[in-house]
Amino acid sequence: MFKQLSERFGPWVSLGIFLLMFLWLVMLVILPQILMIDYSLRPNLPPSQIGGPDDQYTLKNYATLANNAIHQSIFFKTIWSSVLVTVCTLVVCYPLAYYLAKVATPRQAALCVLLLIIPFWINEILRTFSWFIILSYRGPLNALLLSLGFIDRPIRFLSGDGGVIVGMVYAYILFMIFPLYNAIESLDSNQIKAARNLGSGWIRTHYRIIIPHAKPGIATGCIMVFMLSAGSYAVPALLGSPGSRWFTQIIYNWFFEGGDWNQGAAYAFILLLLCIGFIVLMMRLFKVGLGDIAR
Amino acid sequence: MSSHSILKWGIRFYITLFFLYLFTPLIIMSAATFNDSRFPTISPWRGTTLKWFEELWQDSGMWQALGNSAIIAAGVLLIAVPIGVACALFLSTYRGNGKNFLYGLMLSPLLTPGVIIGISTLIFWRSLGVSGGIYLTMIAQTTFIAAYVMLMILARLQRFDRTLENAAFSLGASHFQVFRRILLPYLMPAILSAAVIAFLQSFENYNTTLFVKGHDTTLTIYIASKVRTGLTPAVNALGLILILITILFAAAYEVKRRHEARQAQINPETDSESIAGKQ
Repeated sequence: MFKQLSERFGPWVSLGIFLLMFLWLVMLVILPQILMIDYSLRPNLPPSQIGGPDDQYTLKNYATLANNAIHQSIFFKTIWSSVLVTVCTLVVCYPLAYYLAKVATPRQAALCVLLLIIPFWINEILRTFSWFIILSYRGPLNALLLSLGFIDRPIRFLSGDGGVIVGMVYAYILFMIFPLYNAIESLDSNQIKAARNLGSGWIRTHYRIIIPHAKPGIATGCIMVFMLSAGSYAVPALLGSPGSRWFTQIIYNWFFEGGDWNQGAAYAFILLLLCIGFIVLMMRLFKVGLGDIAR
Repeated sequence: MSSHSILKWGIRFYITLFFLYLFTPLIIMSAATFNDSRFPTISPWRGTTLKWFEELWQDSGMWQALGNSAIIAAGVLLIAVPIGVACALFLSTYRGNGKNFLYGLMLSPLLTPGVIIGISTLIFWRSLGVSGGIYLTMIAQTTFIAAYVMLMILARLQRFDRTLENAAFSLGASHFQVFRRILLPYLMPAILSAAVIAFLQSFENYNTTLFVKGHDTTLTIYIASKVRTGLTPAVNALGLILILITILFAAAYEVKRRHEARQAQINPETDSESIAGKQ
């Protein structure tokens, strides 16, 4: 390993490369995760008892979730809502990605990409905050609906999960559109023409030609959006209410209100397992490898 | 009207709707800055004012948070960019066992929810005696920002012509000379773009920072806490300023990128770089 590098970069630069890589992967990526898992398997003890006879591995912290019906329902709601957000962003983004990649002239596409990149760069908190204003009780959406006569009194949009889901679709939509766009763009347009010439309608062309080709992009977009939604703290904190808590908020409470880091670590690891499970499912479903993701 | 032109108009309508959806919330948020109302809204309009900018200017908490964010972002940039470059160089050179595994490991921080990176960093470094604060925030953010940098540098390295190196070697250049005079200058544009993106990513991070910030506050944390307690249109004023800065950044970045693309005459491929940087 070192030989290949030093042949190209010489010994000193290679040493630097290895050192930086080691620091990052071991100190920042691997060890923290291992310690988090270790923490999750130990009981929460006062400092004097750590290392004592009671400090033994246990699955107690994981049993908490199995025994707590409220936490369970929040956990499943988080999964379900994140799937819903993922499906919504996919449905909304696909036509636009197709248009950008195959219909628009290069000039139009460049303009659209620029228009997409700008909100993409804007802070997630600000994007969420703008929905907070729109959806608030005395906000412009209620004012508009009232003046049009659709409703008689203002609706409390921010009291359920609806606001959170709307906010998430908005915040994460661009993580879907760029992978889709990249994937569809790499398809040879002649294939679409050929399908048309051979008498395929546009639904069948999409179903049989474009979507199969765009699989890696679809998988990447879905993985990103699901991971961001399930792991989001900002959006539910801003757009949710006490009655619509998210799993991340329970984790946060274990750390900073319950003071039980071991319990929090167990819940965090469950969330991580959920995301890994989703990634594996997507890769199986779309038959893509890790190399196709995040290209 | 043929079915083809119906489809064409349909798609145009859809695109318009999409961009309205994308920009209306931001416009409403910005407009609320100028409304003379205690709560940020645009309905009803109680008169136009600039007083919220003044209130923001006099808010010492905001300046403190801004300072912290700038320090953290600068720190992240200085750690994450060398790491990302090193890993990209490694991946583009090494051929053999375990390469795919290492690549997967390097990508893993991007596929891990931000809260989990924050939590694991907090637990690990506390066991070493480091508690939450500015420095721990730098470490936690570096964990995933280094991966973005790695991807961006790797994208450029893949178009690098290795025969240039071999030519330099056969002309008698040392390893270090080749590295300094050929590889680094070639990578410089990508390194600069990666630095900009690392800075912005650090600046806007919320989910990871929340767990490792200790008693320090970054600008993003500050905005979120203001929204929940003590919300006034001064927050909108801050949002508007940040949006304008972002647009300037994005435009400058785009101009620079197109300029390079035109010079190198390799067009759409560079797109994937700017996009990989924000996945």
